[in-house]
Amino acid sequence: MNGNPYLEAFAWLGDPTHWSGPSGIPMRTLEHLGYTVLGVAVAALIAIPLGLFVGHTGIGKGIAVTAAGAARALPTLGLVTLFALMVGIGLTAPMLAFVILAIPSLLAGASSAVESADPATVDAARAQGMTEWQILTRVEVPLGMPLIVGGFRGATVQVVATAMLAAYVGNGGLGRYIFLGLGSQDYPQMIAGSVLVIALALVLDLALLLTQRLTLPRGTRPA
Amino acid sequence: MSIHSTRRHLLGALGLGGVALGAAACSSSDPFAEEDGAGGGSSDGGGSADAGTIVVGSQAYYSNEIIAELFAQVLEKAGLTVDRQYQIGQREVYLPELESGALDVMPEYTGNLLQNYEPDAESASPEEIHSALSEVLPDGLRLLPFAQATDQDSYTTTSDFASSNSLTTIADLAGLKDLKIAANSEFEVRPYGPEGVKTVYGVDVTVVPVEDGGGPLTVQALTDGDVQLADLYTSDPAIIANDLVPLEDPESLILPQNVVPVVSKKVDDDAAAAITTVIEALSADDLVELNRRSVEEQASSADIAKGWLGEKGLV
Repeated sequence: MNGNPYLEAFAWLGDPTHWSGPSGIPMRTLEHLGYTVLGVAVAALIAIPLGLFVGHTGIGKGIAVTAAGAARALPTLGLVTLFALMVGIGLTAPMLAFVILAIPSLLAGASSAVESADPATVDAARAQGMTEWQILTRVEVPLGMPLIVGGFRGATVQVVATAMLAAYVGNGGLGRYIFLGLGSQDYPQMIAGSVLVIALALVLDLALLLTQRLTLPRGTRPA
Repeated sequence: MSIHSTRRHLLGALGLGGVALGAAACSSSDPFAEEDGAGGGSSDGGGSADAGTIVVGSQAYYSNEIIAELFAQVLEKAGLTVDRQYQIGQREVYLPELESGALDVMPEYTGNLLQNYEPDAESASPEEIHSALSEVLPDGLRLLPFAQATDQDSYTTTSDFASSNSLTTIADLAGLKDLKIAANSEFEVRPYGPEGVKTVYGVDVTVVPVEDGGGPLTVQALTDGDVQLADLYTSDPAIIANDLVPLEDPESLILPQNVVPVVSKKVDDDAAAAITTVIEALSADDLVELNRRSVEEQASSADIAKGWLGEKGLV
């Protein structure tokens, strides 16, 4: 290896032959984004209703917090390997792992969003004759929306940074550049893949940060 | 450069699969149990031990340690005193030790050792690799004959796929459509990868990257039928366990890695002859079976070696 691998990584990124075809950067980035969106979406289907329920009723709060904390500690590569040994190579195994990775942030976001609503406001809503469902959907969720989006933000950044593991078991995504670069001692390619993952994570984080700002309810925005 | 390959080390580091367990089992033998072999006047490490003591080393790789133990036991049978120095790390460490005479016998692999001295060496027949290697070896080191047993990459398939398509060699794959091989992603850019197999054998194959270095996920992709081929090490016990067939490579597309002993000057002709009896008996299937006993039965290298040498009538 001659020269500076970091500079060569940027040369690699600038090479037009790396920007076309099924293994080109646009396609691999799209795959990577697809895995991330799918993983977070499936996790949200489970974690958001559960988080709202726990936050509103307080039922099972201890269990939810403990389970989410434990799930955070699971090593994702281990999960990918474990699931792939059960269901074979392909997208199912990494997707299961990404869902497990995304659930804690989403669950915590949704339950704390509901809990964060001012008890006086909730009591006022109840005194006006709102049903529990109306209190949840018209008061607690709109007030807590930035925290729910914050949960999505945390989950998305974690999954996008981990989605390279899809390539460990025969899938695409930006992980292909990282594993190929690592295995063939082509470090510029490996660094280029990492830079792309970092860039994608930053873009998604920024987009969700802006969404978070926009969802601040009127009247609660700082002047 | 690692002794074997990055992927095997990665596998070990991740603690996946039985290979790592096997390695651990082999290396956990009691160091004090070997004291009597070292003889009275042995100094602690460095320099040559007793004039009559042969120091046998091995790589930090369970299969290599088993082969070293085979050599050690036939040397003892020949009446020599043996000092075992197993699980030595990298070539960068043990090759200078061999040259200095601190180490006398090391089991090696022809292709990798040749590339250690000549990084651009291309694949050739096992005989050609062996003779090229004997020319580049530094003064003071001697290369003994090589074994039929190898520890190298392979195009391996299931016995069902092999029999239904009458496959014996890689060349028989020519003409088959939609062939997929499970391998680490660097297989794509290796000389024996898709481009090489197209040039040498006219076979079209696409790589399905499975990054566990020929480990359980790669084997499973093959047995599940996700792929028709997998890049496994020819000495992998999973080949027996899953009734797999490594396809023959008559054109030496893949750099041969035959087992070969490298010895110092202290190994005289009688000692070399003893080691050569092991080499002559060690077939490809034998090496797989030796590895299987380590991985599946967690037997110690000493017991595995003793059993095999007994079967072959060598001790």
